[in-house]
Amino acid sequence: MLHFERWKIIAIVLAAIAGVVFAMPNIFAKETVAGWPAFLPKKQVSLGLDLRGGAHLLLQMDSAELRKDWLETIRDDARKQLRDAKIGFTGLGVAGNGVQVKLLKPEEGDKALAELKKLIQPIGNAILGTSGNDIEVTKVDDTTLLLQPTEQGIQQRTSNASGAAIETVRRRIDAMGTTEPNIVRQGLDRILVQVPGLSDTAQLKKILGDTAKLTFHDVHPQTSGEEARQTRVPFGYKIYPSAERDGFEYLLKETPVVHGDDLVDAQPAFDQRTNEPIISFRFNQSGARKFGAFTKDNVGRPFAIVLDDKVLSAPVIREPILGGSGQISGRFTVETANNLAIQLRSGALPTKLTIVEERTVGPSLGADSIEAGSLAGIIGTTATLILTVVAYGTFGVFAAISLILNGVLVVAIMTMIGATLTLPGIAGLVLTVGMAVDANVLIYERIREELRNGKTAIAAIDTGFSRAMVTIADSQLTTLVAAMIMFWLGSGPIRGFAVTLTIGIFTSVFTAVTVTRLLVALWLKSRAGRGRAIEVPI
Amino acid sequence: MNLVPDFKGFDFFPHGTRLPFMRFKGLCFGLSIVFMVASLLLVFTKGLNFGVDFKGGSLIEVQSKSGPVDLARIRSALGDLGLGDMQIQTFGQPSDVLIRVEQQPGGEAAQQEALRKVIGALGEGFTQRRVEVVGPVVSGELRMTGTIAVLVSILAIIVYVWFRFEWQFALGTVVALTHDVLVTVGVFSLFSLEFDLSIVAALLTILGYSVNDTVVVSDRIRENLRKYKKMDLTELLDLSINETLSRTILTGATTIVVLLALYFFGGEVIRNFTFAMLFGVLIGTYSSIFIAAPLLGYLGVKRDWSGAETKPRPAASRA
Repeated sequence: MLHFERWKIIAIVLAAIAGVVFAMPNIFAKETVAGWPAFLPKKQVSLGLDLRGGAHLLLQMDSAELRKDWLETIRDDARKQLRDAKIGFTGLGVAGNGVQVKLLKPEEGDKALAELKKLIQPIGNAILGTSGNDIEVTKVDDTTLLLQPTEQGIQQRTSNASGAAIETVRRRIDAMGTTEPNIVRQGLDRILVQVPGLSDTAQLKKILGDTAKLTFHDVHPQTSGEEARQTRVPFGYKIYPSAERDGFEYLLKETPVVHGDDLVDAQPAFDQRTNEPIISFRFNQSGARKFGAFTKDNVGRPFAIVLDDKVLSAPVIREPILGGSGQISGRFTVETANNLAIQLRSGALPTKLTIVEERTVGPSLGADSIEAGSLAGIIGTTATLILTVVAYGTFGVFAAISLILNGVLVVAIMTMIGATLTLPGIAGLVLTVGMAVDANVLIYERIREELRNGKTAIAAIDTGFSRAMVTIADSQLTTLVAAMIMFWLGSGPIRGFAVTLTIGIFTSVFTAVTVTRLLVALWLKSRAGRGRAIEVPI
Repeated sequence: MNLVPDFKGFDFFPHGTRLPFMRFKGLCFGLSIVFMVASLLLVFTKGLNFGVDFKGGSLIEVQSKSGPVDLARIRSALGDLGLGDMQIQTFGQPSDVLIRVEQQPGGEAAQQEALRKVIGALGEGFTQRRVEVVGPVVSGELRMTGTIAVLVSILAIIVYVWFRFEWQFALGTVVALTHDVLVTVGVFSLFSLEFDLSIVAALLTILGYSVNDTVVVSDRIRENLRKYKKMDLTELLDLSINETLSRTILTGATTIVVLLALYFFGGEVIRNFTFAMLFGVLIGTYSSIFIAAPLLGYLGVKRDWSGAETKPRPAASRA
């Protein structure tokens, strides 16, 4: 128990030195550390949003909207498929959770089924291979067919959509000029956005708040929206409300001429005549070609610019727009024009994103928290060290050394693995120091007890360490269980607490058992061989 | 050579005490049952003052740019917004205000709308220190995971203690742990302290600390059961508690000192969290001495450990 081989001593000393070296950058300012020689580690522990300040937004996609969009796509695909195969149908539309087709002739049922089955896509799964299809086509009766998305299909759609949404969110936040946003998927349909240093989230929320689906539509040549509502909506057309004038409606062709996907650039600008804020944009090649052809054929007629199903404006085409660039006006302010330009440049979101959780900490509170946490940490640790030395004398000094090393190691490991330090994390760190004493206390109380029972110094110390070891293992393992569950439960700050607690459990066993034991062993060696009994200063 | 001059520690705790803890077990059980029942009653009648994590709604901390704030003016400015029940108080210092807005009807977007209104009504004279908005979906989920976390922790610890000791020890531990959690929650209800996710983290830490304490005492009981095969169980339990008492008190003292430092200097944000922990450490220490160990006296425990003694425990053989 008290014999250490040379290589073990070297390993322990090296571990301690490595701990100090890796923890060191944290007590200096970032600028100071940057000037250090290259061989020294410069990484500092990353601070949680509650300490450095920043915004945390949890966004949720609209599953119902995703499903509706998909059903509409299935409906359009089915229509095209049946037309191409020249199969007549009397009805085709979204019904409940599927798309229903009513055929003209019952004898074409099987042919139609075969045609529609061509729409089915297998779902690839990297781990299990192909695991199913995205939709199911069934024949309800002789003339009725039903296309229904499968559960796996919906999951895959959602997962693809959230991947696309994350990309768009990242582009939008980057366009705002904020640095280092952390954007990750959470669960199937949620996105966690963390922006360090951002305390006023108003603009962020505005920029993420809209889908920003931009489309250009043909306006019905004769009928206005109002007339269509009173009579009937012609086939292929749809009524869109105006974004500017309340209650005013337009009758537009449902299939757009050009999509926002075809934009390569959008910038806020000012109209040269009216000096109003506008957005100037440029199409890519295919967009420019489509838009050019459309404007050439429709000179003198209006077309509508639609954003998120609302008509921004419906200008009259004065001449063909062949260069692929144009501008959008729509009663913008400088701010809204700027935001919309960012949104258009970054592309549309697959669905609207709802903020289900927001936690923002301003920089002043973060700085106050660091200060308060450090102060409490220094006071708490100092008090613990004094208590230990007072209670156990020279051996208490050994314990104090290993306690300090424990704190250093926790910080070093957190720095190395890139764990985040939060305010509860600082509390966890301080608490780890307080509770790490327990291991030393267990050992020392045991040594005292064995000495009282009349054992010699060496025997008492040896029994003290080996007996206490079992108890230490038991008690640390149970705390570990609690910390693991906290990690699973927690969001940001609480996870930080669980992380420091977990690291602290491992390092405290190392420092309290191994390091203290080494110090005690070295002490014993220096006192042995003087021909008189060793008195344990405890 | 003497690198360090030796000096003895101050062994302030009297050793060889024979405090008759077991004699008070009736009284302690009685008191603890009363406290547990009272806590349950409080939780079910008065309820808990849930924070935004569990109740939903918004929490906004702002700092006045011009020194101490006039709460009455803020109250009247925000009162007209029609956002239902609102709590407005200073927080930590006279220039800081904490505003809690209850969950608004109308789903996720309504919470954001309420936040916009409050910030608009406060005007330019304030900087935002902290904003927390939790919608109805997330608050429901957090309530669920919080409850599951506490229950799963207790279950995991029972399994562990059962595996390492006898079932009587596991039962004693679970009663002690449930007691600690219940009474801590009861105190939060009694004083209407805000109960949020961080308090659940504190509860889990308390569980860890309390079980740590219980395990230390149980370890000593098991050791003494092997050593004194004929000793009366009550006497043996008393002896074990007395033998570990100096450790219990010293570890408890250092932990409490650290927590006091956090409570007084660690800032307003984690004050409730450290309070829960402080209370929990006290109650956890109490429960391992006065509940877990005496319960063994009632339950009885296997006295013949001769079989187990010949097989060294794996952990012990490594040490």
